[in-house]
Amino acid sequence: MRNLTKKTFPIKGMHCASCVRVIENALSKVEGVTMANVNLASETATVTFDPQKVNDQTLASAVANVGYKAGVEEEIKTEDEDKIQKQKELKNLRTKALVSLFLGSLIVWGSFPGLMNTAPEILKNFYVQMILAIPVQFWAGLQFYKATIPALRHRTANMDTLIAIGTSTAFLYSAVVTVFPQLVMELGIEPMPYFDVSTVIIGLILLGRYFEARAKMGTSEAIKKLIGLQPKTARILKNGKEIDVPVSEVAIGNVIRVRPGEKIPVDGEILEGESSIDESMISGESIPVDKSKGSLVIGGTINKTGTFTYKATKVGADTMLAQIIKLVTEAQGSKAPIQRVADLISSYFVPIVLMLAVATFVIWFDFGPVPAFLFALLNSVAVLIIACPCAMGLATPTAIMVGVGKGAENGILIKDAESLETAHKINAIIFDKTGTLTYGKPVVTDVIARSETTKQSQSERSLRSARDDILQLAASLEKGSEHSLAEAIVNKAEVEKLVLSKVEGFKAIPGHGVEGMIGKNKAILGNRKLMEKEKVDITHVGSHLAKLESEGKTVMMLAQNGKLLGLIAVADTVKDTAKSAVQNLQKMGIEVIMITGDNERTAQAIAKLVGIKRILAEVLPDGKEAEVKKIQAEGKIVAMVGDGINDAPALASANVGIAMGTGTDVAIEAADITLVSKDLKAVVSAILLSKKTMKTIRLNLFWAFGYNIILIPVAMGALYPFFHILLNPIFASAAMALSSVSVVSNSLLLKRVKI
Amino acid sequence: MVTDKVLITIIGATLILFIYWFFLSKKEKEIKILNNEVDIIVNGGYSPEVISIPLGKTTKINFIRKDSTECLSEVVLGDFKIKRELPLNQKVMIEITPKKKGEFEYSCGMGMYHGKIMVK
Repeated sequence: MRNLTKKTFPIKGMHCASCVRVIENALSKVEGVTMANVNLASETATVTFDPQKVNDQTLASAVANVGYKAGVEEEIKTEDEDKIQKQKELKNLRTKALVSLFLGSLIVWGSFPGLMNTAPEILKNFYVQMILAIPVQFWAGLQFYKATIPALRHRTANMDTLIAIGTSTAFLYSAVVTVFPQLVMELGIEPMPYFDVSTVIIGLILLGRYFEARAKMGTSEAIKKLIGLQPKTARILKNGKEIDVPVSEVAIGNVIRVRPGEKIPVDGEILEGESSIDESMISGESIPVDKSKGSLVIGGTINKTGTFTYKATKVGADTMLAQIIKLVTEAQGSKAPIQRVADLISSYFVPIVLMLAVATFVIWFDFGPVPAFLFALLNSVAVLIIACPCAMGLATPTAIMVGVGKGAENGILIKDAESLETAHKINAIIFDKTGTLTYGKPVVTDVIARSETTKQSQSERSLRSARDDILQLAASLEKGSEHSLAEAIVNKAEVEKLVLSKVEGFKAIPGHGVEGMIGKNKAILGNRKLMEKEKVDITHVGSHLAKLESEGKTVMMLAQNGKLLGLIAVADTVKDTAKSAVQNLQKMGIEVIMITGDNERTAQAIAKLVGIKRILAEVLPDGKEAEVKKIQAEGKIVAMVGDGINDAPALASANVGIAMGTGTDVAIEAADITLVSKDLKAVVSAILLSKKTMKTIRLNLFWAFGYNIILIPVAMGALYPFFHILLNPIFASAAMALSSVSVVSNSLLLKRVKI
Repeated sequence: MVTDKVLITIIGATLILFIYWFFLSKKEKEIKILNNEVDIIVNGGYSPEVISIPLGKTTKINFIRKDSTECLSEVVLGDFKIKRELPLNQKVMIEITPKKKGEFEYSCGMGMYHGKIMVK
């Protein structure tokens, strides 16, 4: 049996599924290749081959011959390999930490005053202690030297430099004391080694790193979950047959069948069938969404109940899931402005600590009590060990990682760390009305029969029948019209299952309404102007008209043969969650403003319904940007919520542009935050997420800076003149290990926050 | 004993000056990238540390990490919204197409090691 090798490498220049075939064929034809699989989504090829016959060059030229480029030199490890490697490193770290702590505790037992009386004689022997300390210093602690030496070549110092210098100082002094005790005795110092210090410090710091590395793995969980959503295969219908193909081979226009419980492979539009689909993993919306013919489906979501077929409209890197993954990866790699200070300080931090350690030594040597040399030595080691630049470096990025990931899990896609940071500062939020606060689709809200307007008493039943008659007549008339109000009336009649009559001589009168003959009767439906034109008396419905119009509704009147039959009111309805979202924002101290092209009265009516006090009415689409700037000029930090397409300039000029529910397209350049669902609660959640993330970052920075600012002077001996308190280097290492672990853990707490 | 103290003080002061000079007053040579591709070796820092690349053109930066320090296992190009894991001894290619002139810092995941990309 030959030894086969498997290799995955990137392919450049692919843009469709046919490229996949071409490259696969080219690779398969190479002698010695047993299998070639090309993935369009990840733009990679995985090839199994006989290394005796095939080398990187043959693979690269096979791909080049068909017009693509293979990055054979950049072998890609699969997710699993990386994971195994990471886990191996973690295990290694843990072993080193535990061995160091075990050996260290033996030395502590044999050397700690009080405790050493219970220890066997052998542990009290300095040479034995040195033998125990050597593996800790040069095996477990090797990584500190390995990091320090190349860094010094670059004239850079880091955390490891501090630990290497600190522990080496303690170790070397102890070794000298052990081998040449008379040297220190001549200085009047009792020959006492400090192997306990060097070993326990290394053990604790390695243990701290182990916990820190484990916690850090948790910060990237969200993106791993998103990547895990990507389905592997799709069931394509070809010539009436179902074929299972890898998802990377699905092309635009392919018809795909999805059964209950299956994952939807790519984005598309339903051709046949209906089902309810769980989109919670993308939109954060826990209730499954009902879909039928013409509805859009999103790849990676789960089909719950029905079987359907759909046409693929977006594949590979264009699918919504692929775009979300890209957006989240980018956001997690971006830097928040608040991090700049931390970055600046951490680049000077280690050299400053080194200088402080030297100063500590000199001050204690010159002015310290006897034995001054020992005080100087231990305190300067404590300074080196206590300093923790890692906590400062981890404070912001770990919180951003978790915050952005948490957002993605809830359908809140944040463009970058800066957007997340700015969102917590906003104190004014402008909502576009149509399609944002409202559904953006007019519906029939009221049908009023003439009899209702004339105080005639009548039964509920006859009233309903009168209303149905009005709706039936109006819908029959409007059937031929293309106006959006007409659509609302016809839809309502369909819902009520009314049978429409045949209309002859249909005519639309622009700016007025419609007319037509139903049987022998002339029917008209339209506004006041039409009624005046046709001389229909509407005086007795005046109060009803005024009331409906004050509620922001568009009223149409129906008349037959010159006599008014009734009124139909149509309006865009407010989203269910609009009122509570507005209230919650106001509770946060944010001024809520509505912007719309509608007239003042309609705008007022909607604003009243949702509880908005300030409105900007009759604003033309191209005037929205200027209005945003006007509010900014009032000194406000403004968020603008819109649909992302018509409102793009306004979104871009706002401090934070929030785009809502935009189908399957999430790559909106203008928006800082994109909300997958159309639910207004997500706006509140996004701002809340920003506030909570910033709170975590501040707490992390406060802890990281406060820790260094307080404990470095303590380690230098600042408390000694007043309270005779000094920091033992062992405690310094425990505090240091704890500080970076606590910062990462605090960031992880963000996962549990309710938004 | 006084001589000891004077000696230690002088050595200490010299050492502090040396630390300042060694770490804080270094000047990195800027390497001009002409062929749109550069290998940056990650080993105790980045070599070359400062690169200059042209505006509007795509440059491939290959990071090759040879140092097992945990700190260096990630590289962050914050201004370009890129954060990448750098597996040991593997080439990780990052493509950037700068749209603005200026100095852009990059660093390790914890912000301890720094490098600079000058866009001209």
